[in-house]
Amino acid sequence: MPGKVVTVTSGKGGVGKTTATANIAAAMALKNQKVVCIDADIGLRNLDVVLGLENRIVYDLVDVIEGRCRLRQAMIRDKRLPELYLIPAAQTRDKSAVSPSDMVRLCNELKPEFDWVLIDSPAGIERGFRNAIAAADIIVVVTNPEVSAVRDADRIIGLIEAEEKGPAQLIINRIKPDMVKKGDMLSPDDVLELLAVELLGLIPEDETVITSTNRGVPVVIDGKSRAGRAFRNISQRLLGERVPFASIEESGGLFNQIGRIFRKGGG
Amino acid sequence: MLNTVTAKGIREGILFHLSDQNWETNLQALVRLVKDRQKFWRGAKVVLDTANVEVTSDQLLSLKDELSHYDLNLWAVLSENSLTQQAAQFLGLATRISRLEKDTMADFEPIYHQGEPAIFFNKTLRSGFRIEFDGNVIVYGDVNPGAEIIASGSVLVWGKLRGLVHAGALGNEAVVVCALDLQPTQLRIAEQIAITPKRHGKPQPETAFIRDGKVIAEIWNYKG
Ligand SMILES: Nc1ncnc2c1ncn2[C@@H]1O[C@H](COP(=O)(O)OP(=O)(O)OP(=O)(O)O)[C@@H](O)[C@H]1O
Ligand SMILES: [Mg+2]
Repeated sequence: MPGKVVTVTSGKGGVGKTTATANIAAAMALKNQKVVCIDADIGLRNLDVVLGLENRIVYDLVDVIEGRCRLRQAMIRDKRLPELYLIPAAQTRDKSAVSPSDMVRLCNELKPEFDWVLIDSPAGIERGFRNAIAAADIIVVVTNPEVSAVRDADRIIGLIEAEEKGPAQLIINRIKPDMVKKGDMLSPDDVLELLAVELLGLIPEDETVITSTNRGVPVVIDGKSRAGRAFRNISQRLLGERVPFASIEESGGLFNQIGRIFRKGGG
Repeated sequence: MLNTVTAKGIREGILFHLSDQNWETNLQALVRLVKDRQKFWRGAKVVLDTANVEVTSDQLLSLKDELSHYDLNLWAVLSENSLTQQAAQFLGLATRISRLEKDTMADFEPIYHQGEPAIFFNKTLRSGFRIEFDGNVIVYGDVNPGAEIIASGSVLVWGKLRGLVHAGALGNEAVVVCALDLQPTQLRIAEQIAITPKRHGKPQPETAFIRDGKVIAEIWNYKG
């Protein structure tokens, strides 16, 4: 069976696309899936940093597309997770170096060999966004529980629907249960009520994300991290397993709300 | 004289098609159209399709200025004429628009009720979506914050209305806006502008209209 292309996108910048891509990829590789990540954030690459592979880059995505190297040569293998590969973005070029049809061709070449092709998108709704979603089988929209991020997610979901690439699936990242409880932060329920899409995962705010990013070790490798567990749940859901949303929350603060979402989303 | 310019609503604003008559004739027709529709189109982005008409950059620039008086922003020029294309590029205007932006409202065929046109959306209108329609607009879904509906007639939302709605946009005050949950970011009826107060308690279907020059919202009640 050919692999699936999953594009991680957002609208608003800085909400956790790169973090999500790296961690979902690593979690899948831990489950013995063969995974390749493509950093489509050309000019602002950083998936390599989050995955701790920066110092091994020789060729990049634009080199492959412009024929300066073979596809294999641009694929960096993660030594800790041998089934995980990265095709890094070019740092010194801009988005116009890649077209949507380039991405489709590239993914078609990768799909027979991999179980999953994960694409990290740049922020925004311009060309880079179109490149990133061109080949997608599944589009994952990341948002934070903040009004502005949710507004942009809504916009992106509308564009995805207009391109007939939907339905999108949603990750809500950086949830602070105690703030939600006090009514100081949008609850997952509030976000879902507005966006009306299928929920893929809820990630708590977690310092281990920052420390692991700095060390270049995806947080899913850390068995104790709460965010890591949430990302592992996401990868399991993508693999078709039913993982209840309530299980990410040990403090109980979000339990009621999440229980309701679970019935609504059904997945 | 015949109206030589046609306009249609596209996802990102308005698309004007020029006829193959000369520039002056086209320009006059366009300005007349814009004057008529000033309130309706206010703030919209404009795409100009000049077909084969040759247009200089000076002409485009003066059109851009003219349109800006009506709060319209010329941002793209589509042309089969290479000189016109160059002129547009020289002014930093786009000369291509994506499939998405071209996506017209034509997929939404108007329906007619007692001779009045209405457009029907069987989906949620999301942030960034904008529709201008000369008639009534019916939405079977939500209207999210950041979405805009501008209609010369009434607007009915079978869902939550949280975006911006301008009903009676050409000046008709005898129109209504109703929704199962009426919480628009801003509501305009004809010349009146209203902001929704924060709701307390359970949402109820409401209908808004003008009475004594003010926007009033009442429980949606067929008996009344
Ligand atoms: N769940 C989390 N808890 C704590 N910090 C987080 C979490 N998720 C992301 N971050 C931090 O937020 C910052 C932005 O994350 P990231 O780079 O993944 O966002 P992005 O959407 O890829 O940004 P860009 O749009 O710039 O590409 C990073 O410093 C990251 O460590
Ligand atoms: Mg990023």
